[in-house]
Amino acid sequence: MWDYTDKVREHFLEPRNVGSIENADGVGEVGSIACGDALKLFLKVDENERIVEVKFQTFGCASAIASSSALTEMVKGKTLDEALTISNQDIADYLGGLPKEKMHCSVMGREALEAAVRNLRGEAAPEVEGEIVCECFGVTDVQIRRAIAENHLTTVDDVTAFTKAGGGCAKCHERIQEILTEATGTPAPASASSPAPAPKPEEKPRMTNMQRIQLIEKVIEEDVRPMLMADGGNIELVDVDRTTVFVKLQGRCTSCPSSGITLRTGVEAVLREKVDPAIQVKEG
Amino acid sequence: MKPIYLDNNATTQVDPLVLEEMLPYFSELYANPSSMHTFGGQVGGKLRQARSRVAALLGCAPDEVVFTACGTESDNTAIRSALTVRPDRRRIVTTKVEHPAILGLVEHLKKTEGYDVVLLPVDGEGNLDLAAYKAALTPDTAIVSVMWANNETGVVFPIPELSAIARERGILFHTDAVQAVGKIPMKLSETAVDMLSLSGHKLHASKGVGALYVRKGTPFAPLLIGGHQERGMRSGTENTPGLIGLGKACELAQTHMAEENSRVRALRDRLEQGLLAAVPNSKLNGAKEPRLPNTSNISFKFVEGEAILLRLDQLGICASSGSACSSGSLEPSHVLRAMGVPFTFAHGSIRFSLSRTTTDAEIDLVLTELPKIIDTLRKISPFNEQNAMEEEKPACGC
Ligand SMILES: Cc1ncc(COP(=O)(O)O)c(C=O)c1O
Repeated sequence: MWDYTDKVREHFLEPRNVGSIENADGVGEVGSIACGDALKLFLKVDENERIVEVKFQTFGCASAIASSSALTEMVKGKTLDEALTISNQDIADYLGGLPKEKMHCSVMGREALEAAVRNLRGEAAPEVEGEIVCECFGVTDVQIRRAIAENHLTTVDDVTAFTKAGGGCAKCHERIQEILTEATGTPAPASASSPAPAPKPEEKPRMTNMQRIQLIEKVIEEDVRPMLMADGGNIELVDVDRTTVFVKLQGRCTSCPSSGITLRTGVEAVLREKVDPAIQVKEG
Repeated sequence: MKPIYLDNNATTQVDPLVLEEMLPYFSELYANPSSMHTFGGQVGGKLRQARSRVAALLGCAPDEVVFTACGTESDNTAIRSALTVRPDRRRIVTTKVEHPAILGLVEHLKKTEGYDVVLLPVDGEGNLDLAAYKAALTPDTAIVSVMWANNETGVVFPIPELSAIARERGILFHTDAVQAVGKIPMKLSETAVDMLSLSGHKLHASKGVGALYVRKGTPFAPLLIGGHQERGMRSGTENTPGLIGLGKACELAQTHMAEENSRVRALRDRLEQGLLAAVPNSKLNGAKEPRLPNTSNISFKFVEGEAILLRLDQLGICASSGSACSSGSLEPSHVLRAMGVPFTFAHGSIRFSLSRTTTDAEIDLVLTELPKIIDTLRKISPFNEQNAMEEEKPACGC
């Protein structure tokens, strides 16, 4: 059982400001069902950019719901610029602290706020900067460096707790340690690490895994499903492994001998066009 | 408040009769069972009785039972023993849905000693593919280890059949039966199982006691080496109170087995059918049958398991979840992932595991409260019913 503070429990059991705002001025969405938590934040501001109404919807564990609820209470009545000074640590502090493994919930809160403000001000989402370190959760070195600096992180475990990076297949742990060493000047615990590789010249910004998953989810919801449902079928996204998309076909298409064709020509073509030409669709 | 304990696959309550049997061996009957004096002999005799009681439940001979300190130790002993006695063979065959006591070990053996580890996949219901199983059993295989019943879904594998196939090919067969012993009748003497692991705390004995069945004549290499205890197969002075309790627990399991398969099963089915009917967008994980009579694993779409657990906990209801958050990892249960449970469902899975202590009133309470909890959490979730799948259309004739 997680060691949650009374404040976390209170905001989880009685979350404040749950719901949506019909004609919100800004909406910020982060996370996805695949990653296990997602937050949608709605803002309404007056002519001085002061937040007059705020609502949220969260899919996630107790600390994700509590962090969202806390965030809405903290930003209410603040101007956007004031609100943007809130750090993930401030959210955790407001709740009397979060277990270390759950700090990424507070980071998600801050990211949703930034996304909502960008949406409100009509700014484009920043292109992914830097190198993707964690493929599983799509975390870049820039995000990792920021988390290290803002939260004084010292170990790979810390970085995973705050950013999720390294929480999947664990292949990137060495690279995270290198970044830590560069950022904090403290060497890795055991063997001396080789000099950090020079940053790769990126031809064009790559999509992070998470962005790709989100886009695939969106395309399936908005384009593929209506197409199949018109034929009395349905589709469910099962998993995404880099460019391989696993889906389950339901209803009519399952028993139909042409479902192999439906898959290749339909779903795959749409995903290749809208997401990535390298995508392969498999049933599984 | 007495908890409503529906987490019996995690651990069980020590039966009062088991505790009663154990107590004297903590106090006045403290002698070492190996000692030469009458005092020691008294304890040694009681330990022999415990061994016979375990053997009776398993359907084997008492000298085929080796006492250990937990299920994990039994698993480690079995696998490492097989690798030692078959030094020329480099393959280990097991499944993707084993308990970490097996998976963690074989991954370690692969990494540190380069063994060729084959993890057999399962289908959407959690069942093994027999053809793939046979194909994996190459002459280079030192050991096959397949669990008897899955701790997360309760799905039961056909162990008598699988062990016979391994024997035909001259391959040692081990089964992690930690969840099965006491719930599924078994007669090991009539199967081709070479080794079997069990753990006391899953069948109303205390924590930290287990046993490994080793069929007579099976080549064996001990994990713990030292004194002569357990005929040299497991050194270390025995946990006498715990093991004497294990013997009693096995005897009781035998007498309660029929109840487990009728009353407990009926309670489980009422819980399961009630929840699936009351909560839209919920589904059962794993095959309905063959399955442990006490286990039900249900997923609720659009909500996260840890959040459900914590709200159940507020009401004193104990269960567990295969969601990422509840385990402290960032990925959902390896069992549900191996079954291809969509992540819209996998993050919202709850496992209920009942026991002979479960009552009708407890099931009633869950049936009234849980649908309300799911409803509340769905109102908070951005993924609402509107995106939900339409009901599956009847198959077309094309
Ligand atoms: C299938 C299975 N194997 C092994 C174990 C480990 O048993 P123990 O806790 O006695 O080491 C468990 C218990 O969680 C289990 O469910």
